[in-house]
Amino acid sequence: MEFFISLWEALPSELQYLIWTLIKIIVIVAPMMLAVAYFTYAERKIIGYMQVRIGPNRVGPKGWLQPIADAVKLMFKEIVIPTNANKVLFLIAPVITLAPALAAWAVFPFDEKLVLADINAGLLYILALTSVGVYGVIIAGWASNSKYAFLGAMRSAAQIVAYEIAMGFALVGVLVAAGSLNLGDIIKAQQGGLFSWFWLPLLPLFGVYVISGVAETNRAPFDVAEGESEIVAGFHVEYSGMLFAVFFLAEYANMILISALTAVMFLGGWLSPFQGWPVLGPLFDWVPGFVWLVIKTAFFMFLFLWLRATFPRYRYDQIMRLGWKVFIPITIVWIAVVGLAVVYQLPWWFD
Amino acid sequence: MTLEKLIFYVLAAVVILAAMMVVTRRNPVHSALFLILAFVACSGIWMLAEAEFLAIVLVLVYVGAVMVLFLFVLMMLDIDLAVLRAGFIKMLPLGVVMAIAMAAELILIVRAENFGLDKYAAPARHAADYSNTEEIGSVLYTVYMYPFEIAAVILLVAIIAAIGLTMRKRPNTKYLDSTNQVLVKRDDRVRMVSMDAEKG
Repeated sequence: MEFFISLWEALPSELQYLIWTLIKIIVIVAPMMLAVAYFTYAERKIIGYMQVRIGPNRVGPKGWLQPIADAVKLMFKEIVIPTNANKVLFLIAPVITLAPALAAWAVFPFDEKLVLADINAGLLYILALTSVGVYGVIIAGWASNSKYAFLGAMRSAAQIVAYEIAMGFALVGVLVAAGSLNLGDIIKAQQGGLFSWFWLPLLPLFGVYVISGVAETNRAPFDVAEGESEIVAGFHVEYSGMLFAVFFLAEYANMILISALTAVMFLGGWLSPFQGWPVLGPLFDWVPGFVWLVIKTAFFMFLFLWLRATFPRYRYDQIMRLGWKVFIPITIVWIAVVGLAVVYQLPWWFD
Repeated sequence: MTLEKLIFYVLAAVVILAAMMVVTRRNPVHSALFLILAFVACSGIWMLAEAEFLAIVLVLVYVGAVMVLFLFVLMMLDIDLAVLRAGFIKMLPLGVVMAIAMAAELILIVRAENFGLDKYAAPARHAADYSNTEEIGSVLYTVYMYPFEIAAVILLVAIIAAIGLTMRKRPNTKYLDSTNQVLVKRDDRVRMVSMDAEKG
């Protein structure tokens, strides 16, 4: 043991810092991958029950080992690369999709002190990274050299650009209300129980953000990029085995990210819903902030599955109309309202 | 060599390589992808120069929005590569003259003796809580208020002009107006008829 300590101290300080950061990244990413695996299990179970089926129930007790079995299966499947595909781009595309979904967690505050990089421009960083994810889909569609894949990629690109603007504007409203781009400060600006959180004064933006989040992740009812009844599976038709699994991971990691971000921006992140309330407040004081964050995130993750089991797929022109002609005007009007409320220090939230 | 310097040289090498690929690649989609790589590496260099806001906005606006639409158009266009390659020899002299002229202009203006630490002192390091975003915002809305607003108006005019130029009525499209669809009543589509049951 002492040998290791002396070895550690012999390292240059920059290398120590690098190793420490790598360890922290693993501590964040490893549970994330596990969460993704069991999110797919939850999806199959929940949608199963919603459709009066049992869902996966054969592998392990109550099917608990199903995601592990799926992962093993995908890992040992053959990766087929189409003859006329652009090999480098074909292989790189799933990575480009997954990387931003994981990198965005770098600035995410899990608790008051628990954050990997507590940077000032955290919100901007997340906006920038989530906007990069679309390249994976576009490149995959183009590099596959297949018509269905290409159609899926084009649909997805147009849809993501449309909803990204609405999403960005919704977050502009949050930053105006909080007066900071730092995610931790945004949470601290929402101090004081359920009704002080931003979901209430920013209700239209909250709605726009959640719905745009579903559209951004290409999930039902906005999953025309996959559209299995029209274009087989869209941008990832040609993908198989582990490459497909990486796309799959990215989709679920993105869903978890959007859910967690919604919890931070509009539902006060790690704050207790009963903070400062007469009886309930002290009663729930012992609950760690991380637990509240997980509960809030889980709610939105459930919402994703719920929406998928409930709604039929949107028609493509309706998606475009909703994004450009409904959401963007709503967000612009509400940013002006929030701006006025902050300038004139409207009571209850902004005074 | 410190870690920072190493990162700088790696990023700078990536920018230069990617920029060279942009002009030398035959396939326009590859060129666009290398341009994106150049943007991302550039944003890394800006980040090293403590311009976090500009660095992130570069990724957000150029990589996240502009280049997506650019790629979109490039992928949709059916570009004939043979036509692009034709006439290379014929155009070569003109190209060389233009390149030399551009390089000469650049060298005349951006000479090495115009730069260096003796000309411009290295800016002081800022503390970790120094907010670049606030700084830029306050300068934009006080000192450069009029140029900023004028730029915004010019962009607005450009948007309207672009829409005005490209918008055309196409009478034979099968476009459906969602408002009309939503406002449809049952009476518009279905006629209830009461008939006597036939005997037979």
